[in-house]
Amino acid sequence: MGISWIWGLVIAASVLYGAATGRIGEVGSAAMEGAGSAVTLIVGMLGATSLWCGLMEVMREAGVLSGLTRLLRPVLGRLFPSAGEDPETREALSANIAANLLGVGNAATPAGIRAVTLMDRGGGEATDEMCRLIVMNTASIQLIPATVAAVRAANGSGEPFAILPAVWPTSAVSVTAGLAAAEIMRRLWR
Amino acid sequence: MEVMGALSAGVVPALIAAVVLLGLLERRDVFAAFTRGAGEGLKVAARIMPSLVGMLTAIYMLRASGLLDALTSLLTPALRVLRIPEEMAPLMLIRPLSGSGALAVGSAIIETWGPDSLLGYTAAVMLGSTETTFYTVSVYFGALGIRRTRYAIPAALCADMTGFAAAAFFTRLFFA
Repeated sequence: MGISWIWGLVIAASVLYGAATGRIGEVGSAAMEGAGSAVTLIVGMLGATSLWCGLMEVMREAGVLSGLTRLLRPVLGRLFPSAGEDPETREALSANIAANLLGVGNAATPAGIRAVTLMDRGGGEATDEMCRLIVMNTASIQLIPATVAAVRAANGSGEPFAILPAVWPTSAVSVTAGLAAAEIMRRLWR
Repeated sequence: MEVMGALSAGVVPALIAAVVLLGLLERRDVFAAFTRGAGEGLKVAARIMPSLVGMLTAIYMLRASGLLDALTSLLTPALRVLRIPEEMAPLMLIRPLSGSGALAVGSAIIETWGPDSLLGYTAAVMLGSTETTFYTVSVYFGALGIRRTRYAIPAALCADMTGFAAAAFFTRLFFA
């Protein structure tokens, strides 16, 4: 619903502003051009997206996802002390983080929802550990940002994955800042 | 920087080979798994196409009307403090709200300035190291019916803001 309003208002504002500045003709042709460029973009991304999703499935089949989940279990016990006590919750947490790291979106969401469901204390209020998990899910921690690489490839980049050395420290800094902000706000929030 | 370049060039092909070999050693039918996943990927692309058409139409209209430039110049002073290029303003505004919107804006920036330009790199790094915050929060808390989300959203937005500034910083560091 929120997106419908943003979308509608952007279009209405563009038409009004374009009419006021005498650029209404350009706005009209831009609409067609934009729609066309969406198709060009998707078609350009198809190969890379499909290749990556195929590799994700091989990764899962080969046990990489479950291996990483096992590896993360002890680490996550520290970040989530009370949720980590329950083996089932810790398993769901680890699976969620592992899937996020590898970029397997369709495995991350169900595991994450299972984790927050198990962490829920009722009363319709988020717990501190839930907020922490949300921050880890809203700050991207994906090691290989395949979709962005596909966008770069679709726009003719010579080396779609060249962004990796900048993406890693950026992700690390932003998730750390999010967790630090959560920690500060936890103390102030009443 | 040379070492980083070689590392990033090698990491993806090495990963592809490692994953496939590991699958073979585990005695899995890797090609069947690959084709299953690749088919799923095509479906994902088809699924996001309609929203991408809608978003890119709106963004192209906004840009052609001149309103995008006007809005961007309003944000320029704040962005200058964080040393973020002003061209990133629309991407930063849409990023937490809509995944396909962010993809559309990011791709428009990359297309305009070139994928291997500094601005193209900055947009790509921003896209690759942030998430659709409000969507993610609504999925997780919506599933549980949690209304009092406390500080989850402000903390997540802190992560996004830091991510934008860090993306500009590390892009300058590696590619300027």
